[in-house]
Amino acid sequence: MSLPYLSLTERDRDEMLAAIGVSSVEELFRDIPEAVRFRGDLDLEPPLSEQKITAHLAELALRNAHTGVELSFLGAGIYDHYVPAFVDAMLARGEFLTAYTPYQPEMSQGVLQAIFEYQTAICELTGMDVSNASGYDGPAVTADACYVAKHVTGRSKVVLCEAVSPQVRRVVKTYAPGFGLEVVEVPHRDGVTDPDELRAAAADAACVVFQQPNFLGNLEPAPELAAAANEQESLPVAYVDPMSLGLLEAPGRYGCAIAVGEGQPAGNYQSYGGPHYGFLAAREDYVRRMPGRIVGETTDLDGRRAFVLTLQMREQHIRREKATHNITTNQTLLALAGLMYLSWLGPQGLREVGETCLALAQYAKERLGLPLVFPDETTFKEFAVRVGRPAREAVAAARAEGVHPGYALGRDYEGLDDALLVCVTEKRTREDIDRLAEVLRT
Amino acid sequence: MTADPRPPMQLVYEKSQPGRRAATLPDPELPVPDLPEALRREQAPRLPELSEPELVRHFTALADRTFGVDTGFYPLGSCTMKHNPRVNERVVALPGFRDLHPLQEEDGAQGALELMWRLQEILAEVVGLDAVSLQPAAGSQGELTGLMLMRAYFEDRGEGEGRDTVFVADTAHGTNPASVTMAGYKLQKVGTDERGNLDVDFLREHVDERTAGLMLTNPSTLGLFDERIEEVADIFHGAGALLYYDGANLNAVCGISRPGDMGFDIVHYNLHKTFSQPHGGGGPGGGPVAVRAQLEPFLPVPVVARDGERFRFDEDRPKTIGKVRGYYGPFGVFVRSYAFIRSYGPRLREMSEVAVLNANYLLARLRDAYDLPYDRLCMHEFVLSARTLKREHGVTALDVAKRLMDYGFHPPTIYFPLIVPEALMIEPTETEPKERLDAFADAMLAIAREAAEEPGLVKDAPHRRPVKRLDEVKAAKQAIVRYRFDEHPDAGAAREPVQPVEAPKGV
Amino acid sequence: MAADESYPAELKYHAEHDWARIEDDTATLGITWYAQDALGEIVHFEPPEEGGSVAAGESYGEVESVKAVSDLIAPLSGEILDVNPALADAPETINEDPYGEGWLIRVRLTEPGEVDGLLDADAYRKLLEEQ
Repeated sequence: MSLPYLSLTERDRDEMLAAIGVSSVEELFRDIPEAVRFRGDLDLEPPLSEQKITAHLAELALRNAHTGVELSFLGAGIYDHYVPAFVDAMLARGEFLTAYTPYQPEMSQGVLQAIFEYQTAICELTGMDVSNASGYDGPAVTADACYVAKHVTGRSKVVLCEAVSPQVRRVVKTYAPGFGLEVVEVPHRDGVTDPDELRAAAADAACVVFQQPNFLGNLEPAPELAAAANEQESLPVAYVDPMSLGLLEAPGRYGCAIAVGEGQPAGNYQSYGGPHYGFLAAREDYVRRMPGRIVGETTDLDGRRAFVLTLQMREQHIRREKATHNITTNQTLLALAGLMYLSWLGPQGLREVGETCLALAQYAKERLGLPLVFPDETTFKEFAVRVGRPAREAVAAARAEGVHPGYALGRDYEGLDDALLVCVTEKRTREDIDRLAEVLRT
Repeated sequence: MTADPRPPMQLVYEKSQPGRRAATLPDPELPVPDLPEALRREQAPRLPELSEPELVRHFTALADRTFGVDTGFYPLGSCTMKHNPRVNERVVALPGFRDLHPLQEEDGAQGALELMWRLQEILAEVVGLDAVSLQPAAGSQGELTGLMLMRAYFEDRGEGEGRDTVFVADTAHGTNPASVTMAGYKLQKVGTDERGNLDVDFLREHVDERTAGLMLTNPSTLGLFDERIEEVADIFHGAGALLYYDGANLNAVCGISRPGDMGFDIVHYNLHKTFSQPHGGGGPGGGPVAVRAQLEPFLPVPVVARDGERFRFDEDRPKTIGKVRGYYGPFGVFVRSYAFIRSYGPRLREMSEVAVLNANYLLARLRDAYDLPYDRLCMHEFVLSARTLKREHGVTALDVAKRLMDYGFHPPTIYFPLIVPEALMIEPTETEPKERLDAFADAMLAIAREAAEEPGLVKDAPHRRPVKRLDEVKAAKQAIVRYRFDEHPDAGAAREPVQPVEAPKGV
Repeated sequence: MAADESYPAELKYHAEHDWARIEDDTATLGITWYAQDALGEIVHFEPPEEGGSVAAGESYGEVESVKAVSDLIAPLSGEILDVNPALADAPETINEDPYGEGWLIRVRLTEPGEVDGLLDADAYRKLLEEQ
C-alpha cells in the first residue's frame, strides 16, 4: 500500500539524493551513533486505508454514550450548549485550520484580526481591559492567574474557595510548588462562600479565587467576595461561565482584578474534556505580567490599520527564563469558535440563552419535586437535589433508562453523597425534563 | 508587480447594527425567574449584531487574509507545518467523540478510553519508554509536567533539596528556560561546540550532585543530531540526574532513533507537530509525556489502564504530581493523532525519512547562496544565515523573509536559534513534493540575487500582501489590545442596555 | 531621531554598556549609544523602586524594545535618589539622547572606590572594537 500524505516519487528521490550527494536515504542519518539507531520496525499495527480508519474510529465512537444517545443533565464544568452550524462551517476553512501562530503579520492579518476581535469579546463579557489570545483550559488559566497575582503583589499565598470546581483546585495545587505558591481553601457555608471568612483568609494573600456561579450551582455574593479581597489588597479573581454573562454582572464591574474561565460552553463541543480554550482577562495594570499571546492594533508603513502580536517582551521566545509564562502553542482555533459563537448570538442572543437556561432550570427544580440541597440559594443552569440514596446509585439507575441525570457531588464534597448536581442547558426541553423527573422517581 | 487588491477590512464590531442577529433560539415558553439585583448585569456586552450571511462573509474574508498549509508552502522551522489529513477532521466530529461529556461514567466511554489507551501504547513504543500521560495540553505544558516529575522523583528519593539546577542548551527554544523557572529550578545554560553538538567539556566540569537534569532537543534547533548524545547521557546519569527530551523535533527520528534508547528518561511529544493537528492559528496542541518506569508513579492522574477487555481510569497513584489540566487532556487532539498514526503504522519511519530527505535537498540547493554555520547533513530542518547578505548588501534575514511572501511562500522561522546571527530556520516537512521545494529554492536564490542587484526591492517587501510591514514599536507603546468602542461612537454596536424581549424567539 | 554615535569623555563606562556621570558623591546612570542602538527603539523602561539601592555589577531594571529585553547593570553601588520620570511616557528618549535627557537613575554612591574600576571613553571604545 502506498502511504498517504507523502508526495515524492521514486524518481524524485533519486534526483534529490543525487543533488545532495549521497547514495541512499540511510546515509542521511550517518550522524546518528549506531548505538542509538533503532533497527527493525516499530511494534505498531500495519497502516490502514482511510476507509478502514474511518470504520475503526466509528466503531470506537459507537461505544461512547454521548449526549445524543443518553439524555444528559451532566454539567459540572463542561456544558452541552448548542453549537451552530455556522461555527462548524467557518472553523473548517483550511486557512484557519492550517495556519500557525501569526509570527509574520503580513501573512496573517485575518487570524490576527480575529484574535483581536476575540480579545474584545472577552473584555466585553468580563468587563476587563485586556485579554490574552487564549490559554489551555479553565483550570490552567486559573493557575496562570495565581502566578500573575504572585508577581503583582509579591505575595505567595493563594486562597481558593471550596466551591470552585475541583478540577480547577487540583490543577492550581499541582502547579503551586513550582510557582512558589501556598494554597489555602475556604469552605462553603450552605453552598456559598462567606465574605467574612474570605476576608480573614485573604490577609497576606496574593489572590482570592471564587467561581460564579459556583461549582455547586449557586450564585455567590460575588461583589462582596471581591470587596473582601480588595480590602486585604489581595487580587480578586473570578472564575466565570461565559454563558452566564448576558445576565450576571461582569467581574470587572464589581472590582475584580482578573477574570478567568473555561471557554468551552461558548462555542466548543464537549469533546470528552478538550481541546477547549481558557480565557484570561485582566485590568490594564497587569498587562505586562500577562501570560500568552496578545494581539494589538497598529498601522503599516502606508498608514493602514493592521494587527500584530504585541508586548512579546513578556514571552518565552524573547525573555526566556524571565518570561511571564512558558506558553507558546495556545488554543486559538477553539477561541475563534468562541468568537464566532458569540458573534452569532450577539448581546440579545447571549441574554436569551441565559434566560432559557434559567427558566428551564427553574422548571426542572419544580418538576423534579426533590429537596434542594441549598434551598436558600439562587441558581443559574445547575442546582443540587437530594435523591434519597447515594447519588451514584441514582445515576446508574437513571442511565439504565437512557438518562444521565447529573453529577454525583459526593465525588468531591464530603457529606453530599446523596446530592446530585443537575444541569439544564437550552438544548433540553420541557419534555426532556419531564422524562428526567420520571426516571428519578423510580 | 501588482499590489494586493483586497481592501482594508472593518472589524466585526464596526459592521454591527443594533437589531440585527444571526441566532435563532428555542423558546420553552416558561417564566424567567428574577435574579438578585446586586448580581444582575447592568450593561449588555457590546457583542456584534450581524445577520448570518454577513457573519459568514466576515469570517470568510478573514480566512482569505490568512495563509495556512492548505494555502501553500509553510517552512516555519521547529513548527513542523505538515498536511492536516481531512479524514482526521471527519472522525473527530463523530458524535461519539464530539458530544461525549468528560464526566460520563467509564462504562459509557469505553471507546474513548480504548483510543486513549491505544495512543499511550503507541507513543511509548515510538520513543522507547515505559509509560505515558496524555494530559498536557501542549509542548510547553508537557515541559512543565516533565520538570515537576523530575522534582517529585528526587523528593521521593530524599534528594529534593539538593538538586536545584537544570541544564538547558543555548540553542533551546525559549520554552525550556521559561519552564525551568516556572518549575522552581535554577537554570544553567550550556553552549554549543563547533560541530553544533552540546559542549561536553563544560558538562563534565559542571554537572554534579546539585544537578536535577538536562533539557535537550535532539536533533537540536540547528537541525543537527547530537553526535555525542551517549556521552551526554552518561554524564548526567553518572551524577544521578535525569535527561528530558523536548520532542519538538521528533519528526526527524520516528522509527530511526528513539529518545529512550538515546538515554532520555522523560519525553514530551508535540502531537500538533509530529502527529498532525490543525495548528489553528496558534493551537490547539497536545503535549503528552512519556517516562521510564521509575518515574511512572509520579505521572499526572488519571492514567488510562486496561483490565482485560475493559478500560478504566487509574486514579490510585499516591505519588502523583496531580493534574496539569482539566480532565484527561485534549481528547479531540488524541483522536486526530491516533488516526494519523494508524495511517502510517510502523512506516512512520518513512515519514521521517522523507522529512529528512526534503530538508537535505533544500539545503543542498541553497547552501551556496546563503551562509551555512554548521556544514553537516541536516535532519528534518536546517539553519542558514543571511550574515553575508547583510554585510554586503544590507539585506537582513527579516528582509529575505518578507520578500519570500511576494513569491507566495510563508517565511521560515527567523532570528532563531539565537546563536546564529541572521538565522533562517527552514523545515519543509515530508508533506512537500519536489516541485514545491524547487520553487521555494528558486525563490530563495532569486532573492539572494535581488539583494545584490536591487536591494531596495527586498528591503521594501512585501509588495503583494494586504498590508505592508507594520509599525511594531507603535503597537507595543500604545498597546491597543481591544476595540475601543468609545473612540468610534458611530460604529454600530449596541450601546443601550439590552431589554428582555417578550416576543416569541422562533421555534 | 536617533542620536549619532558618541562616547563622551567626561563619563565613566561599564563593560555591560552602561555609563555613569560622577558628581561628588552622586552618579547619574544610563546606557550607552551602543546599547540603545543594539536594542532598537526602546518601548519600555522598567525602573527600580525609588528609595531602594543598586549594587555594582547587578541588574537594577530593564529596558525593552520590540525584539529584545536587556537588563540594566549598575556600574556602581548606591542608594537610588531619582528615577527619570520622563521615561514612563517617552522611553524613546533613551534612543534620542542617551547621555542627556535619556538618563535612567541617579544614585548616592555607597562605594565611591568602585569608580576606579570603571572604563574611560577610550577604553570603552576599544572594548567595542573587540566585539
